[in-house]
Amino acid sequence: MAHHILDMPVDSDRVRELRIGDTVTLRRTLYGIRDATLIHMFDRGRRTRLDLRGHAVIHTAPNVHRVEPSPEAPVGYAPFCIGTTTSMRMERFTADLMRREGVRIIVGKGGMGPQTQAAFAEQGGAYLAIVGGAAALETTWIERIEDVDLDDLHPESLWRFAIRDFGPLLVGMDAQGGSLFAEVQRDVVSRRDAVIASLEEAR
Amino acid sequence: MELDLHEVEEVCRDLYVRALKILPPDIKAGFAALQRQETSATGRAILDTMVENVAVAERTNNILCQDTGIPIYNVVIGRAVTFDGAGLKAAIRRGCERATKDFSLRSSVVHPITRHNDQTSCGIRVPIIHVDFDEQQETVGIEMIPKGSGSENGSFMQMLLPSDGINAVKRFVIDRVIDLGGRVCPPTIVGVGIGGTSDLCMHLAKIAATRPLRTACADPEGARIEAELSRAVNELGIGPQGLGGRATSFAVHVEVAATHITQNPVAVNIQCHSARRARATITPGGIAFA
Repeated sequence: MAHHILDMPVDSDRVRELRIGDTVTLRRTLYGIRDATLIHMFDRGRRTRLDLRGHAVIHTAPNVHRVEPSPEAPVGYAPFCIGTTTSMRMERFTADLMRREGVRIIVGKGGMGPQTQAAFAEQGGAYLAIVGGAAALETTWIERIEDVDLDDLHPESLWRFAIRDFGPLLVGMDAQGGSLFAEVQRDVVSRRDAVIASLEEAR
Repeated sequence: MELDLHEVEEVCRDLYVRALKILPPDIKAGFAALQRQETSATGRAILDTMVENVAVAERTNNILCQDTGIPIYNVVIGRAVTFDGAGLKAAIRRGCERATKDFSLRSSVVHPITRHNDQTSCGIRVPIIHVDFDEQQETVGIEMIPKGSGSENGSFMQMLLPSDGINAVKRFVIDRVIDLGGRVCPPTIVGVGIGGTSDLCMHLAKIAATRPLRTACADPEGARIEAELSRAVNELGIGPQGLGGRATSFAVHVEVAATHITQNPVAVNIQCHSARRARATITPGGIAFA
């Protein structure tokens, strides 16, 4: 169980070194993305001017304050509460997000499925699990909002965050086909019948 | 008592923000109980992070979770209260809008077809407003629930057959909890509705999911089933965030209603670990938040 400090962006070889159960701290840059962002980028063909190559995206839509643009708030947004949403809804977009935009790492909660797992193996990617619902804490890891695109989708815009030590995050899925979520799910399914039997009552 | 609608608007504004910032004491106590029982190291670390987050939110005056939810207001009006009903609903809506604007909350509410976000946390039939009546003299209770959506997406309803019996109801609950895994931000409160019509059954599940911990179903049969299911879900091994462990749920809560001779309805609605709600009571003596 190694701990990795990743200065973003990173290349595919570095991501392929990550193994499930390892922990990761991200530095420098993190992008925020979610349902509407991905629907518009991939189902409706919109492109972003932001360069996601080698970067990590977090499944989020933040609470922000509108402020006067300044060095601390270059696009006029100050972070207020930034957390993480359930990743599984974004399952069908992972392969395209990696292929077309060059994304390497997904940060989210709840894990993702087989399409994402296959994309990680093919293209060199990983899923980092954050503790969902711990947004007040997560916000303390964000320094500022550096940029935003597709902001007509607000709050589901494409956000660029400057981060300080963002983590520790748990490697939940890796490029070797490993998934902590799938392991737990297999274990849970193996317990199911005994749990059901313990609840049975006479008809 | 004549209900002052300006006061209601202010209270509804404040309740939204209080609910987002302050985790109710029963949920905090629930975390402490789960921390004592958790055997998985990963599970313990995740629970510790969740508890730390509550402290950080209090220290930094921040909201607990970025999901501002779908706003729900449950209003209970006692005896000897006079009010303008349409005005009351409008006041609640204005309070909800003002909370969003005044505190720069993320509006999480969109039109279901166009997906347009008015940036007000309001929309067609939202905020959701439930009005009920009770026996208390000159008292109006307002509860605000910002229902988070990672868990709301864990909602299911099925019209089982009478011949399927209660065992099928229990299987339905266990299988849905298994299917959901970590997606609903465990540890959760699993809300279960049993009986009624399809719509009432789903509503019962929501009442159950948002009921305080350490309270029991008023119906003894419902109370028995919720105790059994509460034990059973934490033997599945899903654990905090679906990463393994005992602490899958704080509790399973059951609410029941009479049903038709042909029906055996069951519904599941999940509440996440950020089980937020806030309450205010308006009396002639003033406003008390709890």
